[in-house]
Amino acid sequence: MNAAKESEPSDIELLLPWHAAGTLSQRDKQRVETALANDAELARRYALVREEFGQTIHLNETLGAPSARALDALFAKIDAEPSRAPAASIKLGARVREFFASLSPRTLAWSASAAALAIVLQAGLIAGVLYKEQAAPSPGTYQTASMPLAAKVEGAFALIRFRPQANAADISNFLESNKLTIADGPSPGGLYRVRISPNKVSSTDLAGIVKNLQDNNVVGFIAPTQ
Amino acid sequence: MQTNSDEALIGRIANGDRLAMQVLFARHHVRVYRFVLRLVRNEAKAEDLISEVFLDVWRQAGKFEGRAAASTWMLSIARFKALSALRKRTEEELDEESASAIEDHADNPEVSLAKKDKANVLRQCLSRLSAEHREVVDLVYYHEKSVEEVAGIVGIPEATVKTRMFYARKKLSELLKEHGIDRGWP
Repeated sequence: MNAAKESEPSDIELLLPWHAAGTLSQRDKQRVETALANDAELARRYALVREEFGQTIHLNETLGAPSARALDALFAKIDAEPSRAPAASIKLGARVREFFASLSPRTLAWSASAAALAIVLQAGLIAGVLYKEQAAPSPGTYQTASMPLAAKVEGAFALIRFRPQANAADISNFLESNKLTIADGPSPGGLYRVRISPNKVSSTDLAGIVKNLQDNNVVGFIAPTQ
Repeated sequence: MQTNSDEALIGRIANGDRLAMQVLFARHHVRVYRFVLRLVRNEAKAEDLISEVFLDVWRQAGKFEGRAAASTWMLSIARFKALSALRKRTEEELDEESASAIEDHADNPEVSLAKKDKANVLRQCLSRLSAEHREVVDLVYYHEKSVEEVAGIVGIPEATVKTRMFYARKKLSELLKEHGIDRGWP
């Protein structure tokens, strides 16, 4: 068979582009290779195909890549989509598991140790602040030998959780500058009960004081309490 | 199935896994972008379209049955989006594109030929093929799609894919001849 003598392309000639790209089945690949070995004109045309193949790749590779805008736009659209099953809480759980699974055991161990250490340190530092207050009672106040019971302390109170990043000096300054004393805590959730005023104040005034304290950068959470 | 295969990622995307979506995007967005860009010839438009393409992947992941490769499925979506966008173009935009194409035609090939840069002229002629021909050439050579896969993406019979590719190549030779390069075929 001679490709050059044919007016219409042969089935083999039609397959040359896919042979160059390596996407033919084993059977067709064998047929093309046999034909190429026996037909010089077909082999010459195959050289043209390979040339086109190389330049098409070159052309596409010079087209560049999209900016990060495309990914941002995609996730903005995904965020606007209605949520789908599984439920969001399950997805969050799965994401948290995935995050921890993505950490190496060494990283995970260090992170857990660091977090635990931070909590212990902060509890210790706040206990230090508390001890200091008890060691130097205000003149005229009565102290029992045991820790004061929160319920027995008079005044206005708030529940507060400090930010994990807050250190002892920050917390101490915050308490002193706002004339706060720790009355109880921490609870298992890391909450402290702090006395805002030695006297009872109206709930409106208490809400206003709490709102002001909320802006301090050592405060993670604060709310009025009894 | 490998846990990080495209098919596995699409399975996770069907369950709302955003991380899997990010991985699939990172793996395929450049090729999808280039495929779309070659069709719409507008970078900003192509960027807009790829976020549309991957949004469809997000929405339709649950319907993906794995009969075709994931990349083939995504290129099918991309093609549909690109052609829809082209249909929306105003006459004005098309006129501007024609004008720029004429300008390119008048200058570049001769200049390049003067430099005897055959490869450069070949690439320019590849750019001048019709959208239909560019598409099949890119799918076969750059995206490495088989006859069957191209037929699936473009939505034409396999025999038509082979002849369309043949005529695209024939047209390419004619364009090269117009610019003084005779390949001795067809």
